[in-house]
Amino acid sequence: MVVIIDYGMGNLFSVQNALRALNADVLISNKPEDLQKADRIILPGVGAFPDGMKNLKASGFVSVLEEEVIKNKKPFLGICLGMQVLAGIGEEHARTEGLGWIPGIVRRFQVPERGFRVPHVGWNDVVLTAAGKALFAGVEQNVFYFVHSYHFVSDDTAVVAAWCNYGERFVAAIHKDNIFGVQFHPEKSQKNGLKVLKNFLTC
Amino acid sequence: MLKKRLIVSLLLQNGQLVKSIGFRDYQIVGSPQIAIQFFNAWAADEIIFLDISTSREYTDLVRKDSVFPELSSLIEIVKNSAKTCFLPLTVGGGIRTIEQMHELFSSGADKIAINTQAVRTPKLITKAAERFGNQAVVVSIDARRKGTEKYEVFIDHGREATGFDPVDWAKKAEQRGAGEILLNSIDQDGALSGYDLPLIQGVSEAVTVPVIALGGVGKWGHLIDGVKAGASAVSAANIFHFTEQSTRQAKKYMANEGIDVRL
Repeated sequence: MVVIIDYGMGNLFSVQNALRALNADVLISNKPEDLQKADRIILPGVGAFPDGMKNLKASGFVSVLEEEVIKNKKPFLGICLGMQVLAGIGEEHARTEGLGWIPGIVRRFQVPERGFRVPHVGWNDVVLTAAGKALFAGVEQNVFYFVHSYHFVSDDTAVVAAWCNYGERFVAAIHKDNIFGVQFHPEKSQKNGLKVLKNFLTC
Repeated sequence: MLKKRLIVSLLLQNGQLVKSIGFRDYQIVGSPQIAIQFFNAWAADEIIFLDISTSREYTDLVRKDSVFPELSSLIEIVKNSAKTCFLPLTVGGGIRTIEQMHELFSSGADKIAINTQAVRTPKLITKAAERFGNQAVVVSIDARRKGTEKYEVFIDHGREATGFDPVDWAKKAEQRGAGEILLNSIDQDGALSGYDLPLIQGVSEAVTVPVIALGGVGKWGHLIDGVKAGASAVSAANIFHFTEQSTRQAKKYMANEGIDVRL
């Protein structure tokens, strides 16, 4: 069973719909103990970094997540904000501590205003790295839907699974052991996005 | 490269999909459910639902012989669409509170669009951006020409003048936290003679967030004009109905004209 964490941040329904279209057994849950029953865990997220962390902490998910993902090595996928909170620090609105599973910082795009409007909204090409093999296997076209103003700057480029370019090169996906993260929205990227989710379900 | 987006705007009136002309005349197209399925399959990049109902009575006006289930609210339409449509969905029309936004987001909306209430209570933009992130907040602006060179923002279905200039208002909305501007022209709505290009150019130059052009597309060439005027995304409504593969054809046309789109 795949558990989608409900921490009051966004498009749970979309992620659930996409997984259901892939015939996955899905549960949306706001109860940390449900993670113990999960085979796979998805942390989605639309929203601001400080609210996201505040809600994760307040709902008691942080320690259970660490138990199930870090210790028990359950496959984990963070989507958009769900990937960003893996970082040590987020700079959105106020400097906030993240989960710190993947060392790095989440910061705003530092691109020229003219020509590079922020948020970065829309479909963009991503370039895979060696670490991207598992997540992107069999994807026909590496074009995905992004919508974000902040991005993950990883201290260790070896965990970067895919890069994207928008005025500056930034991390589109990460993969480290059982932890995956995507800055784009696979649940909104039509068949290529569904393929990425399918790869996560079978990893 | 970030692609230029082609966005389908679907106008809903009491649960039915409609065509709009001049914010005044409406023609029923049919069920939003079938439209969503087509546009999902025809390479549209995003869908915007704009509920332009002035009353909340839904099912009375729905055809009883439809093979699609009757949907009794905007929330139901969004939920239903999100089941088959793996594309970004923006939803607007009648949104007044953070609670309404939360309900829409938890039903499958990726962004919400606010218009009238953003003008009446600009603080709502800030609150929404803080709660859901700037990227999820679209401020929709309906502008009408005033004399030869000026424009004025109208709210409440184009019925109430605000005295605002769209360029100034767009800048303010951006400062307040809008992540995108959806810019519609009341004069061009349903006119088929192309976007209001000076309007798009003026607003696109004034803000740094993406501007979505809407209103007036009568042929695919008008989409190119919108991109050239500075829009990050081009949208249309009426032209996409009643034509097989409409959005796919539009994107092929754009690609042939040298615009980077997702095919």
